[in-house]
Amino acid sequence: MSLLLTVGAEMIETALFLFQCALLFVGCLFFAVGTLGLFRLPDTLTRIHALTKVDNLGLGFIVLALLLQTSSVAGAMKMLLVWAVALAASATSAHLVARAVIDRGKGDSAREGADD
Amino acid sequence: MNQILNGVAAFLLLTLLIALIRIWRGPDTADRMLASQLFATTGVALLLLLAQAQAMPALVDVALTLAVLSVLAIVAFVTRVVRIDEPSSDGGRRDD
Repeated sequence: MSLLLTVGAEMIETALFLFQCALLFVGCLFFAVGTLGLFRLPDTLTRIHALTKVDNLGLGFIVLALLLQTSSVAGAMKMLLVWAVALAASATSAHLVARAVIDRGKGDSAREGADD
Repeated sequence: MNQILNGVAAFLLLTLLIALIRIWRGPDTADRMLASQLFATTGVALLLLLAQAQAMPALVDVALTLAVLSVLAIVAFVTRVVRIDEPSSDGGRRDD
């Protein structure tokens, strides 16, 4: 019986490990795609689009992978809090930068005498 | 597991290198600030990974601080450099 339990626990541990590796891999993939978007996309607004969505998804996957390994509930909550703060920060800065870009675009076309 | 976490952290550092190229080439200051936002997000992930891999729980606090400070940098940029708080009609201050 106890041998069976041990084998079961080992299987669960292996499954958790594999799941964690998969989550880390997916997180890395999202980060890579986000950085590629920042590098390749043609103008600032599309870069904002690529960056502030995809990267936070990658961060979410990595936090999820790390959550499986935490020892205390408080530590897990703290990690989720970090993710929430990162989401809020990213959304806020995306809106601010987009507004700055659009504002400046308008200013430029007004200076050249074009109607907007 | 710790080796895998360290490997993922190294990979994230590699993506940051590509973002550095964007900061170097970025045609616009907004692009450079955007890359710094990427640094914040990736840096948070990096710090969380290292907190686990190196068994240093204090790094989670550092990640939290970095996430909060990154948005302050962007706010400073849009209120002091680009000035979205001023109407852009009569020659509001530009950064150049």
